[in-house]
Amino acid sequence: MPARDAGIVVEGLVREFKDVRAVDGIDLEISPGEIYGFLGPNGAGKSTTVHMLTTLLPPTAGRATVAGYDVVRDGARVRARIGAALQETALDPFLSGREHLRLQASLHGIRGAKRTTLQDDLLARVGLTQAADRKIRTYSGGMKRRLDLALALIHNPSMLFLDEPTTGLDPQSRAALWEEVGRLSRHEGVTVFLTTQYLEEADVLADRVGIIDHGHIVAEGTPTQLKAEIGRSTVEVVPESPEETPRLSALLTRFGVPTAGKPGATAVQLEGRDGLADVVRALDLEGLRTAEINLHSPSLDDVFLAKTGRTLEGADEEPA
Amino acid sequence: MEVAHQVWLIARRSLLRTARQPGTWVPPLLFPLMLMAVNSNGLRAATHLPGFPTHSFLAFFIPFSFMQGALFASGIAGVDLARDIDTGFLNRLALTPVRGSALLLGQIGGALGLGAAQAVVYLSVALAAGVHIDAGVGGAVLILVLAVGAAAGFGGLGLFLALRTGSGEGVQSMFPLLFFLLLVSSMNLPRNLIEVGWFRDLATINPVSYLIEALRSLVIQGWNGEALGLGFGFTAALIAVSMLLAARQLRVRMTRT
Repeated sequence: MPARDAGIVVEGLVREFKDVRAVDGIDLEISPGEIYGFLGPNGAGKSTTVHMLTTLLPPTAGRATVAGYDVVRDGARVRARIGAALQETALDPFLSGREHLRLQASLHGIRGAKRTTLQDDLLARVGLTQAADRKIRTYSGGMKRRLDLALALIHNPSMLFLDEPTTGLDPQSRAALWEEVGRLSRHEGVTVFLTTQYLEEADVLADRVGIIDHGHIVAEGTPTQLKAEIGRSTVEVVPESPEETPRLSALLTRFGVPTAGKPGATAVQLEGRDGLADVVRALDLEGLRTAEINLHSPSLDDVFLAKTGRTLEGADEEPA
Repeated sequence: MEVAHQVWLIARRSLLRTARQPGTWVPPLLFPLMLMAVNSNGLRAATHLPGFPTHSFLAFFIPFSFMQGALFASGIAGVDLARDIDTGFLNRLALTPVRGSALLLGQIGGALGLGAAQAVVYLSVALAAGVHIDAGVGGAVLILVLAVGAAAGFGGLGLFLALRTGSGEGVQSMFPLLFFLLLVSSMNLPRNLIEVGWFRDLATINPVSYLIEALRSLVIQGWNGEALGLGFGFTAALIAVSMLLAARQLRVRMTRT
């Protein structure tokens, strides 16, 4: 299905809070119908960017157009074309799912039979028909997120902003939400701007990824492009006997740079593309018996590490 | 017309959530009734004071219950809005075409609904206990109007504090001050019978006294133009000032472009 509206264009967008420059001159160009993953640790500037693009926060400097409208000059037109499920699960615990949809639809000027049909369709689509008349305080985290998505879609927006939509969800709920977001983009031409801390989410869902750190975009491209830039795989070896670990470490450092591995394992990022066979031969020659050997292709975490000097999980700490 | 519909939508939600939290409205409903029962018996001897305007202390004291109910109701409006700010519900509303004025007036809907319900209950209890409304049925209606007006005025202050502080605690911090204003008013004695000079002066400059006296005049005097003028004037000023403050603060809090 073709995209229904213009995408997002951002030029030199800045947002300052007193002495803090939360977003520091970012540029973005997101095509209509694209799923753009905005990846970064807590405090990197993701949510601030979303708040500016959804007109909830005026930028300090720079310019952004969403669906063809300037976010500062045409705020109302932007809001009419976007749906947003923001980081906070902003639901009233004392209202039911259906009452939320009714309120949201009515505030968008949707009334009567059209509203009822739309409510029922959306509830069915996000799998909440049975729970529609239950109070939100009885909903699980996954159900709240799904209702949040339904609320964002009530006025048929051409663009969807999802701010960490799967944080705290179990794998099953996460997969269901990914499927729905993918369907919206593929079949309804909805442009999706998705912020996340989860590398897997960006990898699976996004057509393109932007990595933001300290208010700057440090990398941008398709997940495949970004990983290809790194180009190095990681080999992880667990010795049969833990006493062999020092000897194993010494051997592996001949093939690459030591990196973090799972507990009990020694890992290196390989210098060359075909290093695994050489590693196995060397282990055999040295008589080192192994319990496990794993080869990991480059991940977005490796990209993040390469661009910022930190892993995403430890990104709240400053680089050494 | 569109704004009126938006006000109704927000007010409906406010009323529903208030009604579904009995813990927030049952104690505020009962506490003034309990105080009314205790004081109307315990302070009955005050009616023997020369110049006391009625023989029924209950009739004299009933306006205090309306004021207390209005105060509690207004607290609910403020705390609910603070919760909406905290959870991000206000942002959800800000992303719809809702007007700021509709948001404020609607948010106060729960307080007005509760204020009206409380006033009806207090009036019914008073009538059942033998209180006679000197101003008749029209006076009883006016009592309800004044009580709801007071809830709106104090509710506006609650909204202002919620928008200013973004926290329920910030809103609740207002209550000791408002309660103090109630206590240093003419709630227990007519101002001319208060013998302690500084207390009488405080009660005289305290606008809450005039709201209580307007309500009281309808119960025990009939139609007193001066008392009603002062009471309605103060209520109108309170509504105007508090809603103006809340509207200004909403523009700061809801910075959508």
